[in-house]
Amino acid sequence: MSFEWPWQYNFPPFFTLQPNVDTRQKQLAAWCSLTLSYCRHRKLYTLDVMEAQESPVFNNKKIERKLSVEAIQVVFEELRKKGNLEWMDKNKTRCLIMWRRPEEWGKLIYQWVSRNGMVNSVFTLYELSNGDDTESEEFHGLEEWMLLRSLQALQTEGKAEIISMDDGKGVKFF
Amino acid sequence: MDRFVWSNGLLEMNETLVIQQRGVRLYDGDEKAKLDVGVVLLSTHRLIWRDMKNHECCIAILLSQIIFFEEQAAGIGKSAKIVIHLHPVSPNKEPGPYQHSKYSYIKLSFKEHGQIEFYRRLTEEMTQKRWERTPVSQPMSTTTGPQAGRTRAVGIVGIERKLEEKRKETDKNISEAFEDLSKLMEKAKEMVELSRSIASKIKEKQGDITEDETIRFKSYLLSMGIANPVTRETHGSGTHYHMQLAKQLGDMLLAPLEERGGMMALTEVYCLVNRARGMELLSPEDLVNACKMFESLKLPLRLRVFDSGVMVVQLQSHSEEEMIASALDNVSEKGSLTSEEFAKLLGLSVLLAKERLLLAEKMGHLCRDDSVEGLRFYPNLF
Repeated sequence: MSFEWPWQYNFPPFFTLQPNVDTRQKQLAAWCSLTLSYCRHRKLYTLDVMEAQESPVFNNKKIERKLSVEAIQVVFEELRKKGNLEWMDKNKTRCLIMWRRPEEWGKLIYQWVSRNGMVNSVFTLYELSNGDDTESEEFHGLEEWMLLRSLQALQTEGKAEIISMDDGKGVKFF
Repeated sequence: MDRFVWSNGLLEMNETLVIQQRGVRLYDGDEKAKLDVGVVLLSTHRLIWRDMKNHECCIAILLSQIIFFEEQAAGIGKSAKIVIHLHPVSPNKEPGPYQHSKYSYIKLSFKEHGQIEFYRRLTEEMTQKRWERTPVSQPMSTTTGPQAGRTRAVGIVGIERKLEEKRKETDKNISEAFEDLSKLMEKAKEMVELSRSIASKIKEKQGDITEDETIRFKSYLLSMGIANPVTRETHGSGTHYHMQLAKQLGDMLLAPLEERGGMMALTEVYCLVNRARGMELLSPEDLVNACKMFESLKLPLRLRVFDSGVMVVQLQSHSEEEMIASALDNVSEKGSLTSEEFAKLLGLSVLLAKERLLLAEKMGHLCRDDSVEGLRFYPNLF
């Protein structure tokens, strides 16, 4: 399945940070959604600002435009404000990208659990992300830190409890 | 060199020393004269050269012998020179250091500089021709009395008197210099009137003649003159002056503004106004101050300052919405535009074209693409 680029992607001004406040807001919104949908498509969980500049998202070779590092940081900062991104270091060179926020993931997992009537059962984290049962689910292959966060989110809602097991962590759903 | 005569080095009765300069070598034409380096003195009547060490060796030439003179700039290892071209030798000339010379010009080579001031003073003397008014041969003169002062007053009073005389003389020189200028200005006024009458004639005939570009251009040029420019002299200084100036600007700028699509950069206005005023030039500051008065005087013009600091004069009727709309139309039509392209399209200056695009961007109608190829504006599709 090939990624479908939004119309803005071939619009040269999209790659220049707009000085007009209103225009910029719309532009940033478009960037945020493009970044997230691209990461979701490629199942990316971490991004490096320098590497990102070379990736097709921020570098449109066809129209010979690329977003500057400064502008990328502005976009990332915008994503952070929306809760879709977390910086991994102080210098803001690497970041975790959450194209689904932990709560959303938690919801998906819980839906799957209740659909299959497995409330009150205990799972290992590996089972959830890599087990045969979840193969057709979206959260299959979810990175462990992300999975843990989603479960933590569920835990605060009282829908799950994370338990420590001998060789890792497990979770019980309520 | 053969024009020089031996001299005793003393000034005559009515002769005054103007300037002297050390370290000057004489050249007979292009060749170095067989004289050492010396002092050159310029008096109201003569050019005198005296040997630095041997004060007995002193030669002079009458200023009236000079046809013209010119400067010769210094080069590497070469001092600056003044070339003086001289009239042919008069047959009854007194003896001098040279009996004969193949050159009709001499050069003063300034080893210790000072040529600029010397050249200036020489020019002054040559234009004033003071030797004609008070010939040296005339023993007593009542008009100027350096020698009277010399005989009557000694000490501080004498010095004071001398200074006073000098001051009077400079005053006279200055006013003489300005006399010419005011005459020129009177002429300029006549010229403006003439140009006006021609302009009106052309205008009258414009119905018969086809819309010929050259005629339009001519009438435009000629209509630029201002017969009675508002000046500080006529209207004093301060606010009143600026008000009057603003009114005059309002009259004269209407036509050019309409022709340029209702807007002109202040620099352009400045050039136009000063060309029209001819002699009575305006300072940029006065122009800005006058332009600031447009609004309070309810004139149909406005001074507008863009965010970038660029100042323009525009017609009041010149609406911003229209301007933005036209910018948007143009950009939409072409897909995208740089300010240069837009300027060409509208026949505006690039600066103003850019301001318009920026304004449209500010209002959210356009957006920009800032790439290595330059700044382009696109319709705002966001």
